[in-house]
Amino acid sequence: MITDPFEQMVRPHLDFLYGLAMRLCGNRTAAEDLVQDALLRAFRAFPTLRNRERPRLWLTRVLTSAFHDRLRSQGADAVAMEIDTEFDLFDRITEEDPFPYSDRVHLDFLDLFDDAKILEVLQALHPDLRTALILAYVYGFTAKEIGEILNRPLGTVLAWLHRARKQLERELWEYASTRHLLTSQAEARV
Amino acid sequence: MISCKDAVSRLWTYLDRNLERVQEQELEEHLGLCRHCCGELEFARQIRERLRAGARESEIPPQTRERMEDFVKRLGGGA
Repeated sequence: MITDPFEQMVRPHLDFLYGLAMRLCGNRTAAEDLVQDALLRAFRAFPTLRNRERPRLWLTRVLTSAFHDRLRSQGADAVAMEIDTEFDLFDRITEEDPFPYSDRVHLDFLDLFDDAKILEVLQALHPDLRTALILAYVYGFTAKEIGEILNRPLGTVLAWLHRARKQLERELWEYASTRHLLTSQAEARV
Repeated sequence: MISCKDAVSRLWTYLDRNLERVQEQELEEHLGLCRHCCGELEFARQIRERLRAGARESEIPPQTRERMEDFVKRLGGGA
């Protein structure tokens, strides 16, 4: 039986923390390292934590902060956020028609992406946009909660989410194009 | 009626249920008449499902879980 209150609070969230770290970092070693760093930070801050009713939100804040510090120490936090907000993946697929014999061409496009490929595509996103996108669309945090987690105003979070969606669309297309996934699919049907 | 560009820019926020009532009504009015934007809406929904699909309850490899549980236990002074 677990009697330590920190352990009691944290253990049910280990799966979640690891999954989040995997999506942020893109590989198992870095993810495990990040989770350990976050757990250590959380342990140190635990005695002064007043509101213990939303442990997942608090742990997410600790982990994303550790992730951001890690990026900063690597000089990777200052990447420019140059996003083509005009890009529209739905239209691009319609125009290029990579699956000419399909009547579900957009779904066929998404079917190219298994979990591992999605993980790779996420790594191409700007770190702030990646973080916001993952929190919102993988784990279902609201924009307001993401603002609390990342310590950013709601307007910034909403702008990030918009840019994140656009960059994701662009990166999905780039990934499929540069790895010839579209060509091989079209060829396979001939 | 709002343009397709306006409609598309609101779709994800609509799916998030974060649009203001007036914006939502304008979008729904547009969707009622525009097949293209209905396709965009369905596609946005599918992308979101694809993102969410990988997040299973147990993603953590057993040995990693063991190391993490051990780490937490040691932090708490339990080992």
